[in-house]
Amino acid sequence: MSIAWYLAVSAIVFTLGAVGVMTRRNPLVVLLCLELMLNGANLALVAFSRMWGNGDGQILALVVMTVAACEVCIGLGMLVAIYRRNLPIDVDELRELQG
Amino acid sequence: MSAILFFIAAIGAIAGAIGVVMVRDAFFSVLALVGHLISLAVLFLLLRAEFVAAVQVVVYAGAVMVLYVFVVAYVGGESDSLGARLPVPFRVRSPGGANLRLGGALLGGALLVELFIALLGTGLEAINGYGAPYAPGPRTYGTPAYIGQLLLTRFLLAFEVASFLLLIAAVGAVVLARRRGGLEEEERRLHPIDLVRPQGTGTMAEGVGGRRS
Repeated sequence: MSIAWYLAVSAIVFTLGAVGVMTRRNPLVVLLCLELMLNGANLALVAFSRMWGNGDGQILALVVMTVAACEVCIGLGMLVAIYRRNLPIDVDELRELQG
Repeated sequence: MSAILFFIAAIGAIAGAIGVVMVRDAFFSVLALVGHLISLAVLFLLLRAEFVAAVQVVVYAGAVMVLYVFVVAYVGGESDSLGARLPVPFRVRSPGGANLRLGGALLGGALLVELFIALLGTGLEAINGYGAPYAPGPRTYGTPAYIGQLLLTRFLLAFEVASFLLLIAAVGAVVLARRRGGLEEEERRLHPIDLVRPQGTGTMAEGVGGRRS
């Protein structure tokens, strides 16, 4: 299949992730949707890497995976801390930082 | 053959993504994401990125998703808000759920159109091709040897920065998720000196003249 098909799939996955981040209220699912967005970007990176025939895009995809792992680590740590303090697990109600 | 495999994997990836967004139970969202990640690994294989596909399955679908499942099991993973337990005056009125959902879907559609224009409407001729020529071999593009060589030569700085970022994230997660309020109990460790010295000596209290007993 030509590279354009892969780019189309990556655009659809990224959009689904963005819609999930905007509409879901459980922070756990918001984190999952962030993963979806990062994966869409990864697919585009690997597709472009294939297009040019060198490995730079794949290295960048690996770095993105590392950053995603860090984000999951911190996000889930915050979620556990929120749960321990008996705060509501809902992004609409956790808005003390909203200003 | 590769076209059939592409369509199966692409449909799997998109269905998994829809499942993550639509399913109400957070546990099934995590399972849908696992399916999505495995389909995406197949797409990576079709793009000749063997090492990235292997890392995707082992690290992402394996380790990170296990972490997610643990947290869902610990927190409960109820999709309807836990804040419903709060007494009424503390409850925040959620800003119109249906309107928000519609607005999110509209914005998502606009984003999709924009991405399609940006990605597919470019002047790049090469995206209609099948990519650069590829010849199988032990050190060709996408193999672990090739990726390792790039990581340790051209992208050494990115490699080191990523490892440092992982260290910071691990320390930060421990600090964030540790149990608070138990410090008084933990700080009173038994020290060998405590066994031999008289009560109250060598402390700050003795220094200021109090607590002689």
